[in-house]
Amino acid sequence: MRRTCLNSIHELARRDPRVVYVGSDPSPGTLDGMKAEIPDRFLIEGIAEAHVIGLAAGLAMEGFVPYVNTIATFLTRRCYDQIAVDLCMHNLRARLIGNGAGLVYAPLGPTHQAIEDIAIMRALPNMTVVAPADADEMRRLMEQTLDWPGPIYIRLAKGGDPIVSRETDGFEIGQAILLRDPEDVAIVACGVMVDRALAAADILAEEGIGCGVVNMHTIKPLDVASLNLFADRVRLIVTLEEHSGVGGLAAAVLEALSDRVHVAMPRVLKLALPDRFVHKYGSQDGLLARLGLTPESIAATIGRVLARGSTGAPQPAFA
Amino acid sequence: MPNLIHDPLTIPLDARSKALRRLIMDALLAAGRGHVGPAMSLVEILRVLYDDVLKLRPKEPDWPGRDRCILSKGHGCLALYAVLADRGFFPKRELQRFCADDGILGGHPERGLVPGVEASTGALGHGLSIGVGMGLAARLRKRANRVFVVLGDGELNEGSVWEAAMSAAKHGLSSLTAIVDNNRLQSYGPVAEVMPMAPLADKFRSFGFVVEEVNGHDVDALRAAFRRLPFVREQPSAVICNTVKGKGVPPAEHNAAWHHRARLNDEELGAIRAALGGK
Repeated sequence: MRRTCLNSIHELARRDPRVVYVGSDPSPGTLDGMKAEIPDRFLIEGIAEAHVIGLAAGLAMEGFVPYVNTIATFLTRRCYDQIAVDLCMHNLRARLIGNGAGLVYAPLGPTHQAIEDIAIMRALPNMTVVAPADADEMRRLMEQTLDWPGPIYIRLAKGGDPIVSRETDGFEIGQAILLRDPEDVAIVACGVMVDRALAAADILAEEGIGCGVVNMHTIKPLDVASLNLFADRVRLIVTLEEHSGVGGLAAAVLEALSDRVHVAMPRVLKLALPDRFVHKYGSQDGLLARLGLTPESIAATIGRVLARGSTGAPQPAFA
Repeated sequence: MPNLIHDPLTIPLDARSKALRRLIMDALLAAGRGHVGPAMSLVEILRVLYDDVLKLRPKEPDWPGRDRCILSKGHGCLALYAVLADRGFFPKRELQRFCADDGILGGHPERGLVPGVEASTGALGHGLSIGVGMGLAARLRKRANRVFVVLGDGELNEGSVWEAAMSAAKHGLSSLTAIVDNNRLQSYGPVAEVMPMAPLADKFRSFGFVVEEVNGHDVDALRAAFRRLPFVREQPSAVICNTVKGKGVPPAEHNAAWHHRARLNDEELGAIRAALGGK
C-alpha cells in the first residue's frame, strides 16, 4: 500500500504540475524515479515536521498540491499546531500521508505506533480522514486527491496486505462501500481491519449469523446516509478499527448515531485498541491477536454479544 | 551616552509615524484592548515595507505578482491593520470595529478575512516556514516575487523558526527575508531573562543567512537596508531591527505590562493621546 501510494504521487506529479512531494527523512531510495524525473518538485526537508507542514502550507497557498509523507506518529503529533493552523484553518489542499499507522511498527514500540491519529486528525475542522483497506483502494483514492477541497490525512498500512476491495465498487471519498449485506449484524471497519471483518463474517456465516461488512474508508466526512440505511435493520452494529477506542471510527459512528435524536440508539459493539500505550513488540498481527482483534476473536465476541440478546451488557472486547 | 541617531528609544517620530500610531489608537479606543507594545515597535518596519519596498496593488490584494509579506508575530496586527488601512486595502473605518463580533479585524490577523493579510498568524513560529513554502512556489513558477516574514524576537524562542531557517538556507532562498522586530521584551519580561537569544545576528549567520542590523524606528535606515535586498545571491537575508516595545507611547515604552492591555482606562488612553497628538 505504501509503495502504491508513493508511486501514485509520482504518477500524479507527471500529469499535474501542481503536485509536490515533501518528505522529511525517508528511507534511502524513496521515490528515486520521481527525484530523477521531477527534481524541482521532490523536496526532502529533514527531521523537522513542524517546518515541513508550514512549508507545505506555503506551497498550497500558492496553488500547489503538496503530498507530505513521514511516519504517522510524527506527522500527526509532532506538528499538530501547524496542521491545525496552517493547513486546516486556511483549508488548504495539502495531503498528509502517515506511514505505518496503527500497529504496523509493532517491533519499534509505542513511539512509532499511531493509535490515536484518526482521533486527533478528525477533531480538526476542515480535515478529511481516509484509511484505505488495501493497495488497490489506495490507488483509487489517490486519483481523487488532486482536487478534493481542503486537507486530507491518509492513513497508510504496511505493504503486502491482502486485497479485499473491488474495482467494481469504485471509490469516492466520503462514500462507504457495502462489501457484504447486513442481516443480523453489520461490521463497520476501516483500513486493514476490513480484511479481518470479512474473515470474521465468514466465520459467523458458518454459525448461521448473517454478518454484513461496510468498508468505511473515509472516517471524516463520515457517510452518515449509508450508516443510517442499515443502522435500524440490524441487531448489532460493530465498529472495528486498528486504533484506540477513544475518538476513532467508533466515536465517529456513535456521534452520527446519537445525532439522530428522534431515533432510539441501536446496539453498538466497539472493537478497537485499548486506551493505553502498547509496551509489547513482535508483529502487527501478534499485537492484534494479543488485543483480541483476530478474525476468530472478533467473530467470537460478536457471537457472544448476540447470544446475550438485548438485555445483557456486552463483554469488554479484550478482557 | 547613547547615540541619538542610532538609539531606537530616542529617535523622534515624524508626522506619518505619529499618524499611523493614531490609527492604531483608533482601534485600541474602539475595542478597549489590544497588543499595544508589540504593535508600536513594528510601525516603522511595516510602514517602510508597505510604502517603499513591497510590490503590491491595494485594490487587487491577490495580484499574483505581489510580494508576499507575512506578519508571523500576529499579535502585532494592530500595526499591520493601520498600515493596510492607510494604504487602502480596506476602509479606515474598519479599525473602529477591531475585535468587534462581526468585524474582520481580530486580535490576530486572518487570511481571507482581511485584504492584504497573507497568512493567519497568532500561533508563533509558523510564519517563516510558510514563507519558505511561498518562496519555493515562486521559484517553481519562475516568478520574481519576494517573500518577507516579520518575526518577533520572543517568537524566536520557537524551535520551528530555526527549522525553517535551516531550510531557507538549504534552498538558497535569496527571495526570502526574515525581519526581526527586536524589541527585547516578551510577554513575561526581558528576552534576555526569559530565554536569551543573543547573539542573535550570529545565530542567523550560523544558520546560513546574511544579516544586517538596523535601527527599527529610523525610516531612512530601514529603507536603505531593505533596498539592498537580497544582500547576496543564493542566500536568504535577515534584517534585525532594533526597536522599542511600545515606541511612541511613553507609558508603554520598554514596559512589559503593556504587552497586551484590556480595559484601558481614561488616564492611559489620555497618555497615548497626549503622546501621539491629533484629536
